[in-house]
Amino acid sequence: MSDNGTFTPVIVGFLCNWCSYRAADLAGTSRMGYPATLRDIRIMCTGRLDPTFVLRALQKGADGVLIMGCHPGQCHYQEGNYKAIRRFALLRRTLRQLGIEDERVQLHWASAAEGVRFAETVARMTEQIKQLGPLDWPRNWPNEDPYAVEEAVHE
Amino acid sequence: MSEPRVGVYVCHCGHNIAGTVDVQHVAEWAMGLPNVVIARDNKFMCASTGQEQVEEDIKQFELTHVVVASCSPHMHEKTFRNACARAGLNPYLFEMANIREHASWVHPNDREGATNKAKALVSAAVHRVVHQQPLEPMKVDIRPETLVVGGGIAGIQAALEIADAGYHVYLVEREPSIGGHMAMFDKTFPTLDCAACILTPKMFDVGGHPNITLLTYSEVEKVDGYVGNFQVRVRKKARMVDESLCTGCGTCWEKCPIKVVDTVWEAGLGYRKAIYRPFPQAVPKYPVIDIENCTYFKTGKCRMCEKVCPTNAINYEMQDEIIDLEVGNIILATGYKLFDARRIPQYGYGRLENVFTSLEFERLTNASGPTEGKIVLRDGETTPQTVAIVHCVGSRDRNYNTHCSAICCMSSLKFAHLVMEKTGAKVYNFYIDMRPLHKGYEEFYHRIMEEGATFIRGKVSEITDVPRTPEEEDKLIVVCEDTLLGRQRRVPVDMVILAAGLEPQADAQEVAHMFGVGCGETGFFIERHPKLDPVATMTEGVFIAGACQGAKDIPDSVAQGAAAAARVLGTINQRQVTLEPIRASIDEERCSGCRICNNLCPYNAIDFIEEKGVSRVNPALCKGCGTCVAACPSQVITGAHFTFEQIMAEIDGIMIDVLSDRPVVEAV
Repeated sequence: MSDNGTFTPVIVGFLCNWCSYRAADLAGTSRMGYPATLRDIRIMCTGRLDPTFVLRALQKGADGVLIMGCHPGQCHYQEGNYKAIRRFALLRRTLRQLGIEDERVQLHWASAAEGVRFAETVARMTEQIKQLGPLDWPRNWPNEDPYAVEEAVHE
Repeated sequence: MSEPRVGVYVCHCGHNIAGTVDVQHVAEWAMGLPNVVIARDNKFMCASTGQEQVEEDIKQFELTHVVVASCSPHMHEKTFRNACARAGLNPYLFEMANIREHASWVHPNDREGATNKAKALVSAAVHRVVHQQPLEPMKVDIRPETLVVGGGIAGIQAALEIADAGYHVYLVEREPSIGGHMAMFDKTFPTLDCAACILTPKMFDVGGHPNITLLTYSEVEKVDGYVGNFQVRVRKKARMVDESLCTGCGTCWEKCPIKVVDTVWEAGLGYRKAIYRPFPQAVPKYPVIDIENCTYFKTGKCRMCEKVCPTNAINYEMQDEIIDLEVGNIILATGYKLFDARRIPQYGYGRLENVFTSLEFERLTNASGPTEGKIVLRDGETTPQTVAIVHCVGSRDRNYNTHCSAICCMSSLKFAHLVMEKTGAKVYNFYIDMRPLHKGYEEFYHRIMEEGATFIRGKVSEITDVPRTPEEEDKLIVVCEDTLLGRQRRVPVDMVILAAGLEPQADAQEVAHMFGVGCGETGFFIERHPKLDPVATMTEGVFIAGACQGAKDIPDSVAQGAAAAARVLGTINQRQVTLEPIRASIDEERCSGCRICNNLCPYNAIDFIEEKGVSRVNPALCKGCGTCVAACPSQVITGAHFTFEQIMAEIDGIMIDVLSDRPVVEAV
């Protein structure tokens, strides 16, 4: 967040190597502008997405996390994105219990040909998170050691 | 292990990056990142000077890891990996930050935002790279056999090129004969030579080639493996005719009592028998029994063909045959499907009897077609006096297909010529734009204009049989806005030809999925690079050629078939292929044997070792997707090059405070 009052969110992106990362490349090659809010990480497949990656990004101060993969039925690895869908459903329930709004962690699809769709998705999500304001996880839960909490509970 | 020493190189890419991102600042800032011993900016990292800089620094600064911030890894990852390798550094100790496609090009008006993003991406790469491990690419032998799917002109060309070079080809075609759409055409533009005359010699070459195994009436059911070693399962449908006995004499289909409308080779205009050979020059020459229409298969009686066959080649008991092939490379040449003109109801196809599609007209004017080449109306007798040819039917139209079908302008000109030559009728061409863009095409366009065809620029809004004036009685009226005259026109004609567009095959998605290639927005298969790699796909060892990649005419299809063959021959001659070492592996010491990963793997690459009670990944089958890595409840599966530590470090790095002068990362 910048200090001059306007809030620019930071969104961490997890893009699959075959479809959405290439959609982002295509958006670049075709010079389709979108807000500079997304910082993306390439993974081979959304099926590789360990839900703890999302939690880690939020814990480190991300205001949102955008996961993008190939369209259902078009996964380079046949069905990795279906696994991502299932894991995402569970992750979302967990996040809700932590009070994190649905808009902050989103799962979308873009084929390698859909640069426009990619750019639009980032722009839309940026607007949604601007509406919500900063998440500020590090300040709200500063340096919490999960093991210390667990021990406290047991005592 | 000694401390890692990272070198960071930030590329200007001329103005492509430096025009938006403050490249110098990013490089200076990167000097403050942990483990970075040298950070430089460079005008063009991919140029030899840029690469040499990396190589020199690796030696001089004893770099253990390298980060280049420039374009997409899909562009130049290989380039810089090779540079590292030349300097003696394992190429997998290199990481790339994409600050061009993902930053400068997409945030052109936000210098600050783009620069901050570039810093975050560089930081992510620096944090990640120190966790990367040296990896050795896997080398596998390449089988010299090739599978070509689709026996149209593109597939035929590809098969012949490879077979002539001395390597074996399996050509699989779903129809009873090879030839594809070209075999249905009469003449080819712009030379007007007969399609059959130039195609059939090639078809016979395929049929008799010692290096080609022709599998017609067959479909690929399953594909496994990877470049160099694909396992392909083909279902050869039962012809009910023994190919080793049949001579193709034709007695069976002459005597067969059942007539069936031929929707494939005659475009629904003509008939064939229930036992049939699609067309006289078919390769192979053997007929096939259409069991859905054959009386014997419906009622158990008839057996006429069996009675008349002089060589006893008819075998009603024949079963589908499953053939397992092992091939090193695959070429997909599955072609196109014609746009169904019924989808535009205002053009009246299927309702107004004298509205024809382009393919129907091809059959009408073809000497081996149902009218023996006479251009007549649907009644089979009347020669039309006036003919309208409507261009761009289902192409360049947001409601149907946005793409240009590439061939319709020229085939419409060809139709105009054939109509005028054979019937003397007046011809009207209704076009949006004329696009005769290859060699000799513009000249052909002028020739047809000089021959007297009329061209009306405007998209046809309606074709109707409701007259408004006496001269419109009993005619088809083509309604359109003539955009050159700026007024509505109603042109009464006897016959309308709809130049229907080219679409992907109905099952293109399934085929794409089976072979691990993608479909673009228009539904055609996606090439690896639209300009520089038009016949390769994202899957190593799978190539595409012809109209399955996008609408194209015969010369382009032939060129692509040959190009795909050249790529395959190149791979075969390498004898070995290098595979990315991005693979999963299981720490058997810590595996609990829960077997959750076993069923998750889409490639069945994980076996359960009963005696040890643990799972094990077969590296030859693993493709490195990482699904099992993310799922392992004990976290004992490692996805090489995308390990838990590497991605976690990347997340930490990407969330760095880019606004601080000296980057500070809190210890986790």
